[in-house]
Amino acid sequence: MSLSRKDVEKMAHLARLQITEQEIEYYREGLSRILGVIDQMNEVDTRTTAPLFHPNEEALRLREDRPDGAIDRDRMQQIAPQAQDGLYLVPKVIE
Amino acid sequence: MYKKTVAELLAALADRTISSVELTGLFLARIERHAGLNAYITLEPERALADARAADALRLQGGDAPLLGVPIAHKDIFCTEGVRTTCGSRMLESFIAPYDATVTARLKAAGAVLLGKTNMDEFAMGSSNETSYFGPVANPWDTGRVPGGSSGGSAVAVAAGLAAAATGTDTGGSIRQPAALCGITGLKPSYGRVSRYGMIAFASSLDQGGPMTRSAEDAALMLQAMAGFDPRDSTSVDRVVPDYRATLGRSLKGLKIGVPTQFFGEGLSPDVRHGIEQALDVYRGLGARIVDVELPNSRLALPCYYVLAPCEASSNLARYDGVRYGYRTPGHESLIDMYKKTRAEGFGAEVKRRILIGTYALSAGYFDAYYVKSLRLRRLITEDFAHAFERCDVIAGPTAPSTAFPLQAKTDDPVAMYLNDIYTIPVNLAGLPAVSLPVGFDRLGLPVGLQLIGRYFDEPLLLNVAHGYQQETDWHRHFPPEFE
Amino acid sequence: MDWETVVGLEVHVQLLTASKAFSDAPARYGAAPNTQANVVDLAMPGVLPVMNREAVRMAAMFGAAIGARVNPRSVFARKNYFYPDLPKGYQISQYELPVVEHGTLTIDGDGAERSIRILRAHLEEDAGKSLHEDFHGMTGIDLNRAGIPLLEIVSQPDLRSPKEAVAYLKKLHTLVRYLRICDGNMQEGSFRCDANVSVRPRGQDTLGTRTEVKNINSFRFVERAIEYEVARQIDLIEGGGKVVQETRLYDSVKDETRPMRSKEEANDYRYFPDPDLPPLVLTQEFIDEAARALPELPDQKRQRFMRDYGLTAYDAGVLTASEETAAYFERVCEYAGAEPKLAANWVTGALGAYLNRDGLEIESSRISAEALAGLLRRIGDQTISGKIAKEVFEAMWASGKDADSVIDLRGLRQITDSGPIVAAIDAVFAAHPKQLEQYRTGQEKLFGFFVGQVMKATQGKANPAEVNRLLKERLSS
Repeated sequence: MSLSRKDVEKMAHLARLQITEQEIEYYREGLSRILGVIDQMNEVDTRTTAPLFHPNEEALRLREDRPDGAIDRDRMQQIAPQAQDGLYLVPKVIE
Repeated sequence: MYKKTVAELLAALADRTISSVELTGLFLARIERHAGLNAYITLEPERALADARAADALRLQGGDAPLLGVPIAHKDIFCTEGVRTTCGSRMLESFIAPYDATVTARLKAAGAVLLGKTNMDEFAMGSSNETSYFGPVANPWDTGRVPGGSSGGSAVAVAAGLAAAATGTDTGGSIRQPAALCGITGLKPSYGRVSRYGMIAFASSLDQGGPMTRSAEDAALMLQAMAGFDPRDSTSVDRVVPDYRATLGRSLKGLKIGVPTQFFGEGLSPDVRHGIEQALDVYRGLGARIVDVELPNSRLALPCYYVLAPCEASSNLARYDGVRYGYRTPGHESLIDMYKKTRAEGFGAEVKRRILIGTYALSAGYFDAYYVKSLRLRRLITEDFAHAFERCDVIAGPTAPSTAFPLQAKTDDPVAMYLNDIYTIPVNLAGLPAVSLPVGFDRLGLPVGLQLIGRYFDEPLLLNVAHGYQQETDWHRHFPPEFE
Repeated sequence: MDWETVVGLEVHVQLLTASKAFSDAPARYGAAPNTQANVVDLAMPGVLPVMNREAVRMAAMFGAAIGARVNPRSVFARKNYFYPDLPKGYQISQYELPVVEHGTLTIDGDGAERSIRILRAHLEEDAGKSLHEDFHGMTGIDLNRAGIPLLEIVSQPDLRSPKEAVAYLKKLHTLVRYLRICDGNMQEGSFRCDANVSVRPRGQDTLGTRTEVKNINSFRFVERAIEYEVARQIDLIEGGGKVVQETRLYDSVKDETRPMRSKEEANDYRYFPDPDLPPLVLTQEFIDEAARALPELPDQKRQRFMRDYGLTAYDAGVLTASEETAAYFERVCEYAGAEPKLAANWVTGALGAYLNRDGLEIESSRISAEALAGLLRRIGDQTISGKIAKEVFEAMWASGKDADSVIDLRGLRQITDSGPIVAAIDAVFAAHPKQLEQYRTGQEKLFGFFVGQVMKATQGKANPAEVNRLLKERLSS
């Protein structure tokens, strides 16, 4: 299976990756090769096989509803790219 | 001292042959001397020496802990509170983790001294350590060659005597393959045995942390400290941690070792094949029986993995958006521009390639053909192992198809690079424990690794089988001559 | 053309847990920004989710309350999209296998009861908040709300008018508050509603193209937003246009809906099972226990009020709309030993009006159930008349005093002794000889005039029945 440049651009947009013209071709080629390997999966008929999501198919463990309020906001925000008045700042969000 | 195993160092520390401060200083000096290997991303000399002093003081007061005063290194994928944690990426170049991973905390509690954080492929995506933002790591057996990856820095730190032991993580072979290429012992435990909390996620259903050491006995010692139930990880399994060292040394007489024919096909280098066959002879000599087993679907493990791991990764890496921590692009015109530039500049090419593949495989119209299909194959691959284990106690084969290859040899061809992991990947898909141990050298003097795969949660047997070999041979005691 | 409105509602109910869905950070509202967001909520590298048992229990209770199937196995999935208030870049939600499926909620439709089908209710986590005030042209992000457990309740498109949509929403609001799984505070966003709206020619089976209307945060706005959207769609179709499937935002100031700019592009959420969370498996015991923990539900209580107190369906409906009101009413009845109808009138009437005027909830009423019962007792034993009671009620509300204190302090006790009433009658007769003469010559309609004068002379305190009786006696003598 071979990818088109448009496929690559669409995926890059969905994944929020800026991508240059040259990069589109670079990724298109690499991804097409990988998809070639991936398509080997079709050699096996798996229609009667149930998907295995996890190595251990155990049940989810549930936690007791006990809050721990020890949160040091200032420390968390020391590593933030931009914060002010306790808020993380981002370029304007348009709804 | 720097060549000694953890077990030996613990004895030396206990009888005061050496102090932790001396030992830590020795390793720090060696790290500095061999900085050219680029094994470490971040060093913590002051902290390490302070911890070593505290360990010595505790020992003087008669206190003890399982790894008290032993200098180790963490793969830079484990969060370490107050210490830079980069995951080999520009995205986290200046990220100071605000909390400790469970593995970090457990090893700290066991008394280990942290020397620093080791180099790795970016977000653990790579098999040669060449995708690291902080540059490649050199293999101490031939510095023109790669150490394997993604835990290349940890493997080299142990192989070149820059740490007594190290932690690694293994998603598709990232502990075992560099262990094989660097001539050390590397254990990937059963999925759920070691907590993933604080271990930066690559592919959540495959990732597992484990020890990288000079011997199977050391792996047992390290695993003892690392393993155990963690309520903060919903995939951690609540089972008693056995005493791994206690079962070492049991006879291997009557042990059935399964050898999958599929692991000896096309693509396996003759030298590696030879090394594995010799190792099997050693086991025969120890009274083990070699039986043929079949893993018919394992040939599809690679395509299966290259759907699953990128799918999970594309989602796991969405959090790196330049909002709360990590890299943010300096110039942006809008929110979406900020996202796109931040992620384009913060991630390297291999990480982006895998994010794109995963995004593609999960997107509308392809989900069933790729993602669901790979999960069905995952069951078949897992069932193959179950069938094989009806005929044997452990499975043996090569860890990697070849020994260490030259730097840049495979960087242009992702598929060639991925083929390094064909023997290790099936194990991650099935969640089984596996160990790689050195079993000799090829004609170029490069280490060959044997992979042993165990039943789910059967680390005790696996470690004993590895240990039995190391009692009989001394391959694991060989040291790269340039770094003596 | 005759158009039919078709509405389905998606309601996000914030569950009243102490900690968040997947982290142990407190789930408190109104704290300083980002003080309720721990490393897990901030999606720091390496953190992992662990599910809150209480949130699951609440979902199971809700399922039992609407007669739904509580699935023994459900799966958490990741919904992938980028937004600054979504720290992980994905929301943990349930997609293919929700915890609750196929329930019903009965509403009072136009004249008749209607069963509205609930397709599913699933557990998910809330996002943070974007604050659009100006921070040097930037947006501020507060992640306190990120990770609070939500139950998203999705109805089938069974609602046929904006009024029905409101009735459904109010019923759901009542129910989740009865179950104590949500505080129902719409201003604070703990109970939020999106509406899927479409129209079709009456009689047509297939559904028209729908739009999703977001940001409807009060019952009143639900009605208005749907009304607006229905009218817009009809205008569009009748004008030869076509409805586009899109997400629209309701602007309550302009009273209109408009397309959301950020949602313009088609989203591909790339749902897949969250590999950090094994399947949610509920034992029959867990499900049964949740069902056993159900309180008396609104419909059950309403039936009981009609049966045991002889109330009308309407009164019973009003009194059971909130559990607190129902409890208040029952306490009044218990203490007063009063006629339930009288208690119902006072609770739905005067009390409701005063609460409303002062913007108070019944829990913080200035007149307790016990105090109102005291007032009703004085009406019952004829210490005061119904009319005086209104005055006493007002004074009780203002002063916080009980009924007897107010009656005594103001001397409002009803006069039932014949002595003072006879004296008052005589005084009235003496003051109005002309009217007395007219009455005696046959103008009997003047009787009412004398009653009024006597009541006035006694400042309204005379027992009206006694006044009537004695007046008749004196006039005929």
